[in-house]
Amino acid sequence: MAADTVIEVEGLRTCFGETCIHDGVNLSVRRGEVLGIVGGSGTGKSVLLREIIMLHEPTAGTIRLFGEETGDLDEAAADRLRRRMGVMFQHGALFSSLTVLENVMVPLREQLRLPPALMESVAALKIALAGLPADAGPKFPRQLSGGMLKRAAVARALALDPELLFLDEPSAGLDPVSANALDELILQLRDSLGLTVVMVTHDLDSLWRVSDRVAFLGEKKVIGLGSMETLSRSEHPLISTYFQGPRGRAAKEHAWAGR
Amino acid sequence: MNSALPPPGDIESGPDAGTFRLTGAWTTAHLERLRLRLERSPWPAAGAVRLQAGALEALDTGGAWLLQGLLGELRGRGLQPRLDGLRGEFTALLELVRERLGESVPAAPPPREGTLAWLGREAWRRAEEGLALLAFFGETVVALGRNLLHPGRIRRHALLESLQSAGVNALPILALLSFLIGVVIAYQGGVQLKTYGANIFIVELVTITMLRELAPLMAAIIVAGRTGSAFTAQIGTMQVTEEIDALRTIGIAPMDLLVLPKLFGLVLALPLLTVFADAFGVLGGMTMATLMLDVSFGDFLDRVPQAVSATSFLIGVGKAPVFAAIIALVGCYQGFRVSGGADSVGRQTTKSVVQSIFLVIIADAVFSILYSWLGI
Ligand SMILES: Nc1ncnc2c1ncn2[C@@H]1O[C@H](COP(=O)(O)OP(=O)(O)OP(=O)(O)O)[C@@H](O)[C@H]1O
Ligand SMILES: [Mg+2]
Repeated sequence: MAADTVIEVEGLRTCFGETCIHDGVNLSVRRGEVLGIVGGSGTGKSVLLREIIMLHEPTAGTIRLFGEETGDLDEAAADRLRRRMGVMFQHGALFSSLTVLENVMVPLREQLRLPPALMESVAALKIALAGLPADAGPKFPRQLSGGMLKRAAVARALALDPELLFLDEPSAGLDPVSANALDELILQLRDSLGLTVVMVTHDLDSLWRVSDRVAFLGEKKVIGLGSMETLSRSEHPLISTYFQGPRGRAAKEHAWAGR
Repeated sequence: MNSALPPPGDIESGPDAGTFRLTGAWTTAHLERLRLRLERSPWPAAGAVRLQAGALEALDTGGAWLLQGLLGELRGRGLQPRLDGLRGEFTALLELVRERLGESVPAAPPPREGTLAWLGREAWRRAEEGLALLAFFGETVVALGRNLLHPGRIRRHALLESLQSAGVNALPILALLSFLIGVVIAYQGGVQLKTYGANIFIVELVTITMLRELAPLMAAIIVAGRTGSAFTAQIGTMQVTEEIDALRTIGIAPMDLLVLPKLFGLVLALPLLTVFADAFGVLGGMTMATLMLDVSFGDFLDRVPQAVSATSFLIGVGKAPVFAAIIALVGCYQGFRVSGGADSVGRQTTKSVVQSIFLVIIADAVFSILYSWLGI
């Protein structure tokens, strides 16, 4: 395996009871790239993400993270790997009993030894980076709007400046301005910190703007892998209907106009 | 990010006056140390400050924030800081932090309230909770009336389900515990009775205490712990996930679907459970009587009609519907009180169990007083 490959998925198979949603998924993610994962609803993008971050055990196949095979890791080694990753879940998964600021402080508290005041400042910085106003800090998740929840979840995922960032539909439910700002943030962090980002999204504009490569999930496999330009010219019927619809074309024109 | 960890970040003054070298990793993990080093650095009183960042090995958002803060503070003191030799990607990071953080300062935490304000708020909260409970009872009665006028509205499926889960599924645990209580009473009482040779009075002891008091209480307490808590958790979780709101918008009254079937189910089930507990309690007593006091099953059962009147039995069973109503209403009420998230569900569930057992025991005491007035 090449030194600059961060994630490698081989021959992955996932079944829930009788139905299998993945059968022979192969995918590798290089260091410092933004990889988009797309595909129709229910094709198993979120499940794939959960398998990579060791929350769900695949039925068969191997997943290597930073060169280590996740299947045969002990708890301590798995924990060490988890510390290098930040995850934003599709539905936020913020701790409802904690304020936004405290939510962002949870990973900081667990991993670093910093005085409380300093930790709060760092958490406030992450909240600002994610594009939330400062007065969102003392609020509880139930007091936030859907889009604000997303950004709070991004802030928590970024808390430790992880090497590897997983985002499950980060821009769903965001207004266009915030969605752009989030795209910018991902790009800037990638450039300045060398983050590797794996992003599941249905937001075609965002795919054109930030992704280096895109993996298309369909027919239980990765049926297309490449830059947006390559994929959007693909002949495969599933991929072409995905990208050649009115939305896909508008996003493409938009992306070209922006260059 | 390099695999070989760079040394922790540092700042050194020199070689010239007003010149500082930034070294190592300026990362979140080392923030505290860096902050102290910055405080202790010999900043000049005036003039230019040159920060040489050529040897800076790592910078993350936390470090960039500190550096940005340093530049701001030096400017605030009237110095002219200049950052030299910063790597391209670090400059971009610094710029990102400056841009995003803007002028925003973290909001000050809300001021701590004084004792008096706390006292007032707590008193108000309690009073409000009492009123809300009363209002909930009232609402339930209204819904009850509506349902009884139009029996077609009663949700049969939900009713059967609650009979199943609150009644049938509770039978094994209730049987076991009642049996054991019967054994314990017979044993404790039997030791005393034996010394007077009044063995046969074990029948009175066991049957009266079981039928009048212990069986209804046992059944109520077990149901409060098993079922009342489940009511709260179910309704509370539905509240959190906005399912209750969804019901309302579809035109289903949460009262009709969630509360009344539970209420009916429990009011039907608890008297039956009480009879069941009666039987197993007496069986436990009987077993102990045979083993310890040589009162055979036959002798025991022969004496039962003399020892207890049907009134005792009915009094015990008659309390059960009241206990059931208390448990169901408190359980559902606490479920609707859930607001926010998971921790709130937990809190209200605890409250529901404590409150319903408390109220059941109060009600039991009231019944005792009532019966002694009536002389039964
Ligand atoms: N725990 C589970 N048990 C059974 N089936 C599951 C489970 N989790 C997911 N699935 C099934 O796996 C499939 C993929 O789910 P997944 O959440 O990964 O979809 P997705 O690609 O993320 O879709 P979306 O774009 O809508 O988020 C779905 O058909 C879903 O029903
Ligand atoms: Mg999903």
